[in-house]
Amino acid sequence: MELYLTKNFGKPNAIAMAGYLKHGGYRALRKVLKKMEPKDVVEEVKDSGLRGRGGAGFPTGLKWSFMPQETDGPKYIACNADESEPGTFKDREFLEKEPQMMIEGLIISAYAMGVNTCYIYIRGEYATQTKILQQALAEAYEKKFLGRNILGSGFDCDIYVHRGAGAYICGEETGLMESIEGKKGQPRKKPPFPANFGLWGRPTTVNNVETFAQVPHIINKGASWFRGIGTEKSTGNTIFGVSGHVNKPGAYELPLGYGLKDLIYKDAGGIRNGRELKAVIPGGSSVKVLPADRIDVPLDHDSLTNAGSSLGTGAVIVMDDTTCMVRVGVVLAHFYRHESCGQCTNCREGSAWLHQLMVGIENGQGKIEDLDLLMDVADSLEGSSICALADAAAWPVQGLVTHFRDEFEEHIKTGKCTSPDSFRI
Amino acid sequence: MLSENAKKEIEREMAKYPEKRAVILAALHLVQKEEGWISQDAMEEVASLLDLTPIEVREVTSFYTMFNMRPVGNHHLQVCTNLSCALMNGRGVVEYIQRKLGIEVGETTGDERFTLSTVECLGSCGTAPMMQIGDDYHENLSEPKIDSILETLK
Ligand SMILES: Cc1cc2nc3c(=O)[nH]c(=O)nc-3n(C[C@H](O)[C@H](O)[C@H](O)COP(=O)(O)O)c2cc1C
Ligand code: FES
Repeated sequence: MELYLTKNFGKPNAIAMAGYLKHGGYRALRKVLKKMEPKDVVEEVKDSGLRGRGGAGFPTGLKWSFMPQETDGPKYIACNADESEPGTFKDREFLEKEPQMMIEGLIISAYAMGVNTCYIYIRGEYATQTKILQQALAEAYEKKFLGRNILGSGFDCDIYVHRGAGAYICGEETGLMESIEGKKGQPRKKPPFPANFGLWGRPTTVNNVETFAQVPHIINKGASWFRGIGTEKSTGNTIFGVSGHVNKPGAYELPLGYGLKDLIYKDAGGIRNGRELKAVIPGGSSVKVLPADRIDVPLDHDSLTNAGSSLGTGAVIVMDDTTCMVRVGVVLAHFYRHESCGQCTNCREGSAWLHQLMVGIENGQGKIEDLDLLMDVADSLEGSSICALADAAAWPVQGLVTHFRDEFEEHIKTGKCTSPDSFRI
Repeated sequence: MLSENAKKEIEREMAKYPEKRAVILAALHLVQKEEGWISQDAMEEVASLLDLTPIEVREVTSFYTMFNMRPVGNHHLQVCTNLSCALMNGRGVVEYIQRKLGIEVGETTGDERFTLSTVECLGSCGTAPMMQIGDDYHENLSEPKIDSILETLK
């Protein structure tokens, strides 16, 4: 198995331009500017099968092809470095360890879509990463990879960093655009879609940090090389972030389609303290939990969807047999209640209701009927709001109540937690 | 009042965007860096710099959790209580700091040195439990580690 994303992470100088160049950096940009038409770049990315790494897995080349070619005004790209899906810490790896990879990908993407201005929307809490990024951009300007007439090609491109200030919803692409414009990050109704009406009403494309970081590799080695990694419909490597009750939590670069079981037991060293596995959330807090007997599943879009969950951001949260699933429900429901932006009544009220019901059960005031009510509220939340936050609030609840109904019932009947050694909240 | 440097920085930020208003988050970050929190006066000042009404600035300020709408201590301890941290005893971290400093979540110590808050996931789930203090992340926390961190902040 070939590591191409993280190969140089942690090596001396990988963080600086000198190191990146030594490892072959910016060859892809030179190739694109000298030998490829913008539409050829879009085609190459389409052929590679690359799907967005921000959570939804939308085909990247297809998204790029939605951008109008000729326009009479500016077009924009926003790089989504908001990374706020609980459990997710992979974009940080790119930002901290080899930021030029993502920057090179961003410049190539700008060339492909005829964009001259890009914004990197980075979550406000990533102050250290913001400094690294600013430094990396300054170095890219110095080397003439950014600015006017890049490497004598006639192509101009600027990249600016825009710091967020703490709001999960700003990771949603239209909330992100509102936030760049200086407003509350409340998502916009679609249509119109960002490719037609994005930042300041202009055509805009939003992609995740890792999506951009994949691009130079596709250009250097070709679409068919990329298609040869992973599965037929989930191509390339990705960085899985493993957290929770494992011996070796951390970031692991692996091909899509890699086995969840192997990731937990081989790569992440198995369950800590010799305990047994109870459940796994395989793709960040928004996706449905998988009980221990369902983890024999490849980590790709189709397989996880078939298994009743989702690949999401590839953030694998592992829970051992001490874990109280009601408490998991309380923590997650609290998050979505807190992060609902408030503009859609269903999401605002529904997420609060789910949280209230979970807290009631945790505190011993739950009733058996509450379980059907939780499912009812969650089902009616799905698809009921402008953006997918309502769905993200519903899915974890549906997963927990479906797979751990017995435990919830026991908790309600006895009025207390069935796992005496569980984590506390 | 914002310093001259901060005002210059805001000017520079404006060059990045087609509209002034887009620098509001940057301006509020600068205010908070200089003053520790965002007062009504500061919001009015930002509003006048950006040709906005004070209520428009307030609306934005209150939407984003990083902006303190009340004064906080010199060191703002923000402990993550989201799932990956909770699984690794994030609650224990909160309780230990509460005991050690004699304050509850949301409170500031009498000497105004420390404020304790709980926050949602900060992207350190693989190095849980964690807290952020100022710009810095402190990861893989244990009681001795918390002791030594707080020691250096005294
Ligand atoms: C509530 C919510 C939060 C999101 N947060 C993020 C995020 O932090 N980072 C991200 O890349 N995408 C996030 N997304 C997905 C974006 O809307 C968008 O699909 C993505 O940035 C597109 O990039 P990609 O095609 O490269 O995956 C979020 C979506 C929703 C509904
Ligand atoms: S859950 Fe605490 S940093 Fe992610």
